[in-house]
Amino acid sequence: MNWDLIWSSFGPLITGAVTGTIPLTLASFAFGLILALVVALMRLSSNWLLSGIGRFYVSVIRGTPLLVQLFVIFFGLPSIGIRLDPWPSAIIAFSLNVGGYAAEIIRAAILSVPKGQWEAGHTIGMSRPQTLVRIILPQAARVSVPPLSNTFISLVKDTSLASLILVTELFRNAQQIAAFSQEFMALYLQAALVYWVICLVLSTAQSAVERRLDRYVAH
Amino acid sequence: MSPTNSPEPRVTSVLKARNLAKAFGNNKVLRDIDIDIHRGQVVALIGPSGSGKTTVLRSLNGLEVPDGGTVTFGDNGGDSGGLAIDFGAKVGKKDIAALRDRSAMVFQHYNLFPHMTVLKNIIEGPVQVQKRPKAEAVAEAERLLERVGLSDKRDAYPFELSGGQQQRVGIVRALALKPQLLLFDEPTSALDPELVGDVLGVIKELAEEGWTMVIVTHELAFAQHVADEVIFMDGGVVVERGPAAEVLRAPRQERTKLFVKRLQHDV
Repeated sequence: MNWDLIWSSFGPLITGAVTGTIPLTLASFAFGLILALVVALMRLSSNWLLSGIGRFYVSVIRGTPLLVQLFVIFFGLPSIGIRLDPWPSAIIAFSLNVGGYAAEIIRAAILSVPKGQWEAGHTIGMSRPQTLVRIILPQAARVSVPPLSNTFISLVKDTSLASLILVTELFRNAQQIAAFSQEFMALYLQAALVYWVICLVLSTAQSAVERRLDRYVAH
Repeated sequence: MSPTNSPEPRVTSVLKARNLAKAFGNNKVLRDIDIDIHRGQVVALIGPSGSGKTTVLRSLNGLEVPDGGTVTFGDNGGDSGGLAIDFGAKVGKKDIAALRDRSAMVFQHYNLFPHMTVLKNIIEGPVQVQKRPKAEAVAEAERLLERVGLSDKRDAYPFELSGGQQQRVGIVRALALKPQLLLFDEPTSALDPELVGDVLGVIKELAEEGWTMVIVTHELAFAQHVADEVIFMDGGVVVERGPAAEVLRAPRQERTKLFVKRLQHDV
């Protein structure tokens, strides 16, 4: 074991997390959530065309591997003349993916709010969009935090796939040092450790958010 | 505005509904319902479950849209602020919004907003929808909360209140909208028996103050005490209507007699 190499490798791995994994996760999750809300509302719409498009999108995203989605965008699109850099390709692929999964979570959360809440909003004079934003979504948010946190934590780990389209992030740095030093076991375990620490921090944050959103329900 | 030359005091119509009809599939839940409500009048809608009384009430607030019939607010729908809706024609969002502008609903299960404090529940409509100044809405809400004995619950969340307290907040939320017409959908049916009195007491005070109200209720003694008119419905039609004492004490129709007798047995 080359302990010096192991110690000195943590620097590049953490740099990869801070400049690659984490911003990639945050950007993809933010865009993905916006997309998910739009798709959830489309699926709940009484317009069959909108709900049909929503259902088709969710079905395609959930029915195909993320790696395939990533490769279609980065390696496939250039053949029809759309050439995207690694970073935009990765953000688009991960956002679309999160959008598909989170749409179902948000849709279920909206449906879980009792019908009487819509009616109470209407009876004080609110329009449907106003009731949605001020009455329904705050209550749906509470319900959807645990499953959305799971999606978020999965996304942190899934961003390692971006190494395959040449995005410089945590795992790609690990691969490069490993190839150069031949210390595969050490470097991949180190990479696993850094992912694990990130996810531990996120789990703690999730509990804090849940406690905050639970302040208005009986215990 | 005083009706000086009229031989009788002028009766101001708040709402006229004519020929309201509604079907869910083949099930005709309302047929030819007529209702007149005058200013300051309390109308009690009674009848067995499935009789259509709640559907009538919800129609007046646009929570159900009848298939046919008309609703007119104000005298003949012609004076300023009047409103006439023909449910047989296409009913738009504006019509429904106009209905909701004039009436406010108190629900059987309160339907308070669980993520808002009591105060926020009350000022949400006045501030967000009616665009009244927040300070004014808060002062009004505090005054109303004091009236129903809940000043100390201003900053509590609904889950911290008893059913009776939640329903009193529900009533205050409706009052804060300053509607022309208050609608109550079985306001005490979900309450523990010992809490019913508080809520009925508040409604009785509102009646004495001259609020115009339609109340769907199973509390016949209360209806007799508070209502000016009682409408008994069964099978989607009005079976009998008249002054409360007449309909409840000396009903003419067989179905009304049976219903009143059965409920009195239960008591």
